[in-house]
Amino acid sequence: MRCDYSCRSDEHVMNRRGFLGGVAGLGLGAASGLGSLFGRSGAASAAMADQGKQMLVVWLAGGSSQLETWDPKPGTVTGGPFRAIETSVPGVKICELLPGTAKQMHRMALVRGVNTKEDDHGKGHYLMHTGRPQTPGAEHPHLGSIAARFLNPEEGPLPGYIHITPGGGGLGGSEAAILGPKYGALYLGNGQPPNNTGRPLPPEADAARHALRRRMNDRFATRRRTAETDAYTTTYEQALQLMERREVFDVSKEPERDRDRYGSHDFGRHCLLARRLLEAGSTFVQVTHSNYDTHNENFAFHLEQLGEFDQGFSTLLDDLAQRGRLDNTLVVVMSEFGRTPSINYLYGRDHWSAAWSIALAGCGIKGGAVVGKTNDKGTEVVDRQVGAGHLFHTYLKAVGLDAKGDFLVNGRNIQVADPAASPIAELLA
Amino acid sequence: MSADPSAIDPAKTHLVKDLVHDRALVSCRFDAQGRFVFAGSEDNSVVCWDLASGAKTVLAAHDSWPHALASTPDGQTLLTGACDGRLIWWPCAAEKPSPSRTIEAHAGWVNSVAVSPDGKLIATAGNDRLVKLWSAEDGSLIQELPGHPKYVYQATFDPSGRFLASADIAGLVILWDVSVRKEARRLDAGKLSKYDQGQGVDYGGARGLAFSADGQMLFVAGLIEASNPLGAVSNPALVAIDTREGGAAPFLHRPKDDLKGVAWGVKPHPGGFLIAVTGGTGGGALLFWKPGEVNEFARVALPNTGRALDLHPDAIRVATAHHDGHVRIWSLTEKPPG
Repeated sequence: MRCDYSCRSDEHVMNRRGFLGGVAGLGLGAASGLGSLFGRSGAASAAMADQGKQMLVVWLAGGSSQLETWDPKPGTVTGGPFRAIETSVPGVKICELLPGTAKQMHRMALVRGVNTKEDDHGKGHYLMHTGRPQTPGAEHPHLGSIAARFLNPEEGPLPGYIHITPGGGGLGGSEAAILGPKYGALYLGNGQPPNNTGRPLPPEADAARHALRRRMNDRFATRRRTAETDAYTTTYEQALQLMERREVFDVSKEPERDRDRYGSHDFGRHCLLARRLLEAGSTFVQVTHSNYDTHNENFAFHLEQLGEFDQGFSTLLDDLAQRGRLDNTLVVVMSEFGRTPSINYLYGRDHWSAAWSIALAGCGIKGGAVVGKTNDKGTEVVDRQVGAGHLFHTYLKAVGLDAKGDFLVNGRNIQVADPAASPIAELLA
Repeated sequence: MSADPSAIDPAKTHLVKDLVHDRALVSCRFDAQGRFVFAGSEDNSVVCWDLASGAKTVLAAHDSWPHALASTPDGQTLLTGACDGRLIWWPCAAEKPSPSRTIEAHAGWVNSVAVSPDGKLIATAGNDRLVKLWSAEDGSLIQELPGHPKYVYQATFDPSGRFLASADIAGLVILWDVSVRKEARRLDAGKLSKYDQGQGVDYGGARGLAFSADGQMLFVAGLIEASNPLGAVSNPALVAIDTREGGAAPFLHRPKDDLKGVAWGVKPHPGGFLIAVTGGTGGGALLFWKPGEVNEFARVALPNTGRALDLHPDAIRVATAHHDGHVRIWSLTEKPPG
């Protein structure tokens, strides 16, 4: 869906800081100017966010098994070979594959009653990133794009949405949907710096070239400004900043001891990069760990993958806490769905969205909380069932964003998060 | 059961006994005297069937799946290893068996257990990347054998008892000199393994391991052509390795067609051929190979995906364990009339 804001209305001139609670002093006049993009929000939601909030999403691609992570059922017909272990929260047990994470449980919350009713990879990916089912003709911004739009300072030193992937990938800016491509993700394939961030020209020539480009852009924007031209301009400016800050992406600058603690595997390196990016001021960092689509040999593959996850993730979470960043950083661990309680003939588990789990930590989250419950075999939710919409509301609420604000799309107000859902109050601090 | 060796004809293999448990099975083993067949189950138990009477006994002590089973040469003791890291001694013939000894053998899964030909040593292989030697008599640890960089899937003694072979997920085979308890040399079954960059996983490795009767050849069961590990796209295969210094290059046995699956176990038969059980998206099968021939000379389809294999001491019967909870006993002979 094109971001059609060539109307030059007030909201597009308004700095995004206008949405931030920290600058609520901008007053009603400024806030009301936001109405048609982030709508009835108006004055009420001028205070909807705090500056300095950050988000970290760890995406376990393919659909990790809730039984081998957050909701183990040892000794049952669906339990598999792994046992449950105690955590730092008395009475809360998770799978033995996560011993490091178990020590962080007092900082985390579990949602064990997730039912997303979507077993397709692509649709599950969309659902968990946007909080809404994928429907023809409608595109909603991903969580990262919302964070980039409403939490990231306009003049932020780094792109608001950075996604560290195991390989390449990327959605070509479409994550941002109606927000416009400049809020799309910057992808760091295999944790490598963005391409072409080395300086091809001497600094003086480079500066002169960019000065000319800016003058031409400004002139063009007075008559023909669109989301695409904005994105073009923003991208150039961000690219300049990235070139200045190229070493932000270089984990070799981190002490060797830290690199050892995170692990010698790619995921460990990517978690360390995530720490580095968050500390450098990036608003939203996503780290994808691949792959959990274990139709075959689920247990051997989860053993392998979760060994990496546990080391990298638990070290990162502990570091964020020790360095005083966790209070302002919302952490989410999720997948497109969970995996079947039943074990197939290949020692595998298949796609399963009817009863699965996610984990949260940090900003706005009540440490040690466990919300929702599945039955003894993990085949259905028996208490506090929630969907992706509830989760999406919860993420936004946790970082102080008003999920009931509106986007204006082709003259129609669309609420940021699914109006049929609401935040999970028991999770919120 | 007895039969003239000349009556062995793999192509005529037929079912002689069907033993049923109510949960999926992950392993099977005859005792060394051939009185019982044991099977590890996904319900964490080991099930014992008396082959003569069909009586079934459940051995319950593990907290996880018992993938590793072995019998002492006298047939008096069963050793079981499981994903709970424990190694348990059981009296085979007890009416209500209970563990006679339990030790915490490995940090993580015990993938394989083997007993030396003289019955004095036990070897285990685990996901802690270690091979360990234990005293069969008192369960004491004799030696840790580090050297594998990745999960160790299999371990087995050669018929003389001088060497122990271990093999890991990456297809590295280490030959250990048991007399000095040191590494003798490294062998390569890497054809059975791959690291899938896209899926970010190691896959394959040794799913079965056995020496030839003269100890010169080592047979490793596993898979090849793993184009989609998480989706179970692979073909079963065996690698035959000459263990002697300067021996011939590893030889690959594979199915004659595009049979999908994994070879979960291999046994050399005294008649001079190899038996492997396969399971996977291509269903279950028994495949029979002759040394030096790439493709199998006989194949018997199984009614359910195969997960484990053992050869009875009589060299006539074969046991297969299955996902449907059955242990099926097959005879490698022609079915008698009637």
